[in-house]
Amino acid sequence: MSAQAGLAAQPSHSPDQSRALLRSPAQCLRHGFLQALPFILVLLPFGMLFGVVATDAGLDLPQILGFTVLVLAGASQFTAVQLLTDQAPALVVIVSAIAVNLRMAMYSASLVPWLGGARPRDRAWISYVLIDQTYALAIQHYEKHPRLSMGQRIGYFLGAALATCPFWLLATLLGVWLGNAIPEGWALDFAMPVTFLALIAPMLRSPAHVAAALVAVVASLAFAFLPSGLGLFVAAPLAMLAGAGVEVLMERRNGARL
Amino acid sequence: MTGYSDVTIWLIILTVALGTYGLRWSFLGAFGSRPMPLWAQRLLRYTAVGVLPAIVAPLVVWPAATHGEPDPARMIAATVAVAVGVATRNVLAAILGGMATLYTALYLMT
Repeated sequence: MSAQAGLAAQPSHSPDQSRALLRSPAQCLRHGFLQALPFILVLLPFGMLFGVVATDAGLDLPQILGFTVLVLAGASQFTAVQLLTDQAPALVVIVSAIAVNLRMAMYSASLVPWLGGARPRDRAWISYVLIDQTYALAIQHYEKHPRLSMGQRIGYFLGAALATCPFWLLATLLGVWLGNAIPEGWALDFAMPVTFLALIAPMLRSPAHVAAALVAVVASLAFAFLPSGLGLFVAAPLAMLAGAGVEVLMERRNGARL
Repeated sequence: MTGYSDVTIWLIILTVALGTYGLRWSFLGAFGSRPMPLWAQRLLRYTAVGVLPAIVAPLVVWPAATHGEPDPARMIAATVAVAVGVATRNVLAAILGGMATLYTALYLMT
């Protein structure tokens, strides 16, 4: 109780931050789980669509589940199945499907400052459930609450993963069983873009973050002509450079003013 | 039928799975608690805001559902989703705001 009062009294913390610091790892797990629940709205139709497309491509149930459980990356799974449908050579399928996931290496690197100190076992399973949604939620949470303990950080990640990854499997199964049951009028093609926009918006909290996002948009449109999603690998590094550049400029300007 | 043997398909699945896991594990697993250079940390702070908008922008401007034709309804919906997200800092509110706008706009425009 006294520790709670001490923490709550520190003027440098917002009430929200103090509350986050007081959660037990189990409470962090529940918190991450609840915050990730909205993504089910998107994962269900997206995963169902994969089940439908993969069935149409002639894959059997074990193979479809193999993709979903072992690869666990929507865009990459769709790429592989699309290329299989096009009768592309196996090597092309493999290279393209892995290339789509190159961004995961960037996610992995940006988590090092927060989770690098975790046990190798924890880092191993976190790597397995490192998807766009769990990454974006976790990094946002860690940056908002920089003083969380390692147990709290891991608990949050596990919660977010439990609210997303099992539903990806469930959705794929539903897609295989129900077939093409989603009406086109639902405009579910837009579910994924909207989720990503919803994830980005709360991160736009400094001029540097805004600059990075703007460069990402402009550059991804300018380089959209590049084949098989390669534009992303021009646009994303440019955006990160822009963010870091603005950050340096701001620091210099603040330094000059002092 | 797919025209690939079962062995080939499983080989593809396992290789893609291993490669993907390798990418995810790469830095987190190998670097561990060794400190990253400062310039790298500075760049990596902008990973999320650099990657996600770059994935989304082409999907919003040239949606597959309209065969790549720019669609005002989707652009308005994207703008609303970002605005709601910035104003409320709430992911669910931004998703619901964006989809509600899309349905309204599609309904009014057709």
